[in-house]
Amino acid sequence: MVKNFGYKILSDASIDFDRNDKRIADYLKAHEPSMNLCIGCGSCTATCSAGHFVDFNIRRIHTFIRRGETNQVKRDILKCMFCGKCQLVCPRGVNLRNVILTINRAIEQTG
Amino acid sequence: MNKKVIVVGGGVSGMTAAGALSELGMEVVLLEKDDHTGGHAGNWDRLFPSRRPGKEVIDFIEKSMSSTVEIRCGSRVTSIDRNTEGFTVNLHNGDPLTAESVVIATGYELFDARKKEEYGYGIYDNVITSAELEAIFKEGRQLVTHNGKTPQRVGLIHCVGSRDEKVGNLYCSKVCCVTGVKQAIEIREMLPGCEVFSFYMDLRMYDRNFEELYYEAQQKWGVNFIRGRLSECAENPDHSLILKTEDTLTGRPLKMTVDLVVLLVGFVPRPETRIISDMLKLQTGSDGFLSPVDEHFKDNSTSVPGLFLAGAVKGPACIVNSIADARATAVQVKAYINGEMVKW
Amino acid sequence: MKIEGKRSIWKEYQKEIADDRYFYVRSCVRQNFFPGSEKTFLRIMKDVLHKDVFENASHTTCSGIGYHSDVVPFETAMTMVARQFAIMTEAGYENFTTSCITSFGLYSEILETWHHFPEVEERVRQHLINATGRTFNKPANLAHASDVIFKFRKEIAAGGMYRLINKHTGKPLQVVEHIGCHYSKMFPAKGVGGAEYPYVLAGMIEDWGGDVIDYPERRHCCGFGFRQYLIQANRGYSLACSKKKFDSMAPYKPDFILTNCPGCPMFLDRWQYALSEMEGITYGENGLGIPVLTYEELAGMILGYDPWDLGLQVHQVPVEPLLDKIGIPYDSKRKFLTMDGKMMGQPKAPSHLKFYQHE
Repeated sequence: MVKNFGYKILSDASIDFDRNDKRIADYLKAHEPSMNLCIGCGSCTATCSAGHFVDFNIRRIHTFIRRGETNQVKRDILKCMFCGKCQLVCPRGVNLRNVILTINRAIEQTG
Repeated sequence: MNKKVIVVGGGVSGMTAAGALSELGMEVVLLEKDDHTGGHAGNWDRLFPSRRPGKEVIDFIEKSMSSTVEIRCGSRVTSIDRNTEGFTVNLHNGDPLTAESVVIATGYELFDARKKEEYGYGIYDNVITSAELEAIFKEGRQLVTHNGKTPQRVGLIHCVGSRDEKVGNLYCSKVCCVTGVKQAIEIREMLPGCEVFSFYMDLRMYDRNFEELYYEAQQKWGVNFIRGRLSECAENPDHSLILKTEDTLTGRPLKMTVDLVVLLVGFVPRPETRIISDMLKLQTGSDGFLSPVDEHFKDNSTSVPGLFLAGAVKGPACIVNSIADARATAVQVKAYINGEMVKW
Repeated sequence: MKIEGKRSIWKEYQKEIADDRYFYVRSCVRQNFFPGSEKTFLRIMKDVLHKDVFENASHTTCSGIGYHSDVVPFETAMTMVARQFAIMTEAGYENFTTSCITSFGLYSEILETWHHFPEVEERVRQHLINATGRTFNKPANLAHASDVIFKFRKEIAAGGMYRLINKHTGKPLQVVEHIGCHYSKMFPAKGVGGAEYPYVLAGMIEDWGGDVIDYPERRHCCGFGFRQYLIQANRGYSLACSKKKFDSMAPYKPDFILTNCPGCPMFLDRWQYALSEMEGITYGENGLGIPVLTYEELAGMILGYDPWDLGLQVHQVPVEPLLDKIGIPYDSKRKFLTMDGKMMGQPKAPSHLKFYQHE
C-alpha cells in the first residue's frame, strides 16, 4: 500500500543525457547534418513568425532534440508555419525548414 | 659601443628575440633554466589553426639563432642589477654576466589544475589536462582511459584556471578555446567512434582561421558544443566521470557520463618572473603578468632603461603573436643600444 | 581514485582546533533526534580524553534555525550570538565548541562579518549592552565538536574495543560520509579538509578501520534546507534530495552513513522510511535500510559503549545489522526499556522497510 504523507517526491528536472532517447537526434544528424553547425545565436527565434505569438522557440527546440529531450518538442514543433524566415537569417546556413520537416518525420518513425 | 644583450628565457619569444638580435648585429647570450630550449611550444604536437607540426616552427627558430647566439641551458637567473655600466645578471651557476640590455622572455606556466578542486584532477583516474593530451599526440600514443580502454565519450572543459575569480584569475588565456577545438578534431581523427563534447562559456575564435576551424569541427568532425561551464565532476563506480553543467541554451541543468575528461588549462605568470619584477620594481597588471610602459606605443619597454619584455611574460599569447612581439622587441633593443629614438 | 591527490588537498585545509578547555554549546534539536549523541561526546571528553568541557544552562538557541528559515533577521541573530559569547567570557573560557553544524556556520559567518565590518560588531556590542548589560570577548578558537573528535580520533582508536571491520569477511566496512552544508561550504578554510573533499569524518573512518566511499552525489545536500522541509507541501523537495543521494550511493553497498550535522542524520535516516512507505524502495541489503550514525554514536561504538546508552534504539533504520557486522554485543530485550527499566513502547513495523531479526 502506498502511503500519502501530503507531499510527493519531486522528479529530477535536469537533462539526463545518458538516459535520454536520442533517436530523433540521430535521425536528424543523418538526414540534415547542417544542424550541427548551430552556434546558438538565436537569430532564428528572433525572426520567427510563430514564436512572437505562441510558445515556440526554434533554437531551443532543436537544442532539446540534440539533448534527447523530446516530450515537449513533439507538441511544440507543430506550431511552425514553414515561412522560412529562420533559414534566411541563419549565419551558419543551417537548413532550418528541413530541420523541422526531418524532426517531424523522425517523430512519426520513432512514435 | 658595447653590443651585448642577454635574453632570459629560451622559449619561442626568447629564441626569436635572440635570433633577430644576432641578425641585427648584437652579441647575444640566451639563458634557459631547463636543459634545452623550445619552451612550451616544444611540447606541442601540432599547432592551431593550421595544425602545422610544432617541431617545424621550433626548428626554424633554432636555425635562425645559428652559431652567433651563445645559448646557456641549465642557467637560472638569481638576480639582475641595473648599474651605470648597464646590467649585471647573476646566475645560480657560473660567473655573473654583463650586458648593455636585457630582454625578459620568461613566458608563463600552465595553470595547476589541482587548484580547481571540484574537477578532481590528480584524484580521479580519468581526468587529464590539455598538455597531457598534447603529449599523447606528440608521442604517437593511443588515447585510452586509465584502465586501457578506448574512450567512447570524451569531455573537453574550457576555461580551466581562466575567467575564474575562485582561482584568482579573472583574465582569459586566449589560446585555450582554439586549442580545445583543435584537440576535439584530433580526438575524432584518432578515434572516429568516440563522441566529443566541448563545454564552453564563449568560444573566443579571435584570430585568422580560428572560426573556420570551429566550423570544421562542427561540420566535418561532428564535435558537440554545449554552452555551460563545468560545475563539478565526480567519479562513477566504473571510473567513468559524471559531469554537471548547465546547458545554458536550454536553461536546464545537464548531467552526462564521459570516459575521459580533458581540462583546457590556462596561462599563469611564472613565480620566477615575480622575483625579477620585484627586484627591478617592474609594473605588473592585476593578472600578475608584467606590464610594458605603454600598451600601444611602448609595448616592449619597461620603466628600467635597457630592460625589455617579449612574449607571454606580458600575458597570454599564441605562438604567432609571440614571434611578432619578439621581433619587435629586437628592433627596440637595437635602437636603444645605438642610441636612436624609435618614433612609433 | 588517487588517494594521494586527496591527501594533498587535505594538507592545504588544516585548521586550528583547541586542545583543552572547551565551552560546549548544544544543538536545539539533536537531543530529540539522536538523544545519546551529545551525552556521549561529553562522556568521551571526560572519561577517555580527560578534558575540561564546560556547559552553561543559560545557553539558548543561536537562532540559526530561525535565521535559515527566514524568520530571524541577521541583526537579531548576531545579538543572540553575542550573548552566547558573553556567557563563555563570564565562565572564563575562550574555546567555543558547537554541537550543531548550522550554529558553527552561523558563528563563522558572524565572526567573519565582524572581521570585515568592525562597525557592525560595535553596533551589536551596543545592542547586547542595551538588552542585557553584558559584554564579551570573541572566542580564541571556534570549532565544531566533530573537529574535536577528529583531533583526538587516534586516541579514541587506541582506547577502542572495536574497529570498522566486518568480522565475517575481515574486510573494512564501506562507509559514506556526509558533511552538513554549513560546515565548510560557506567557508572552505574553516572545515578540516575544505569543502570539496572534507576530511573531518573521512579521517575518523580511516583511523577507525573503515573505507570511505566516494560516490557521485556526495556533495549534494541531504535536503533539509530548513524552510524547504518546515512547510509540509515542500517536503517532496527535501525528500527528492535524499533520494538522489541514496540512488547514487546504493551501487557501492554502504555499510552505514556517518554524519556531523543535526539535520542530515535525521533526514537520511527518516526519509528511508518515507521512501519505503511511499514507493516501496529500500536501499540496504535484503529490504533493510542503510544505518545512519552521528560521529559521537560511532565513537561510542568504537569505545564499546552500550548501543542503547548511545540512543541507537531511536533510529528509524535499525542499527543491529551493523552491530552484528562489527561484533558489538547488544541485548535486544533491553532495546525499548527506559533508563529506569520500564517498557517505553515499541514502534509499529513499517510496511516495507524491514525490522531486523537478530540472527
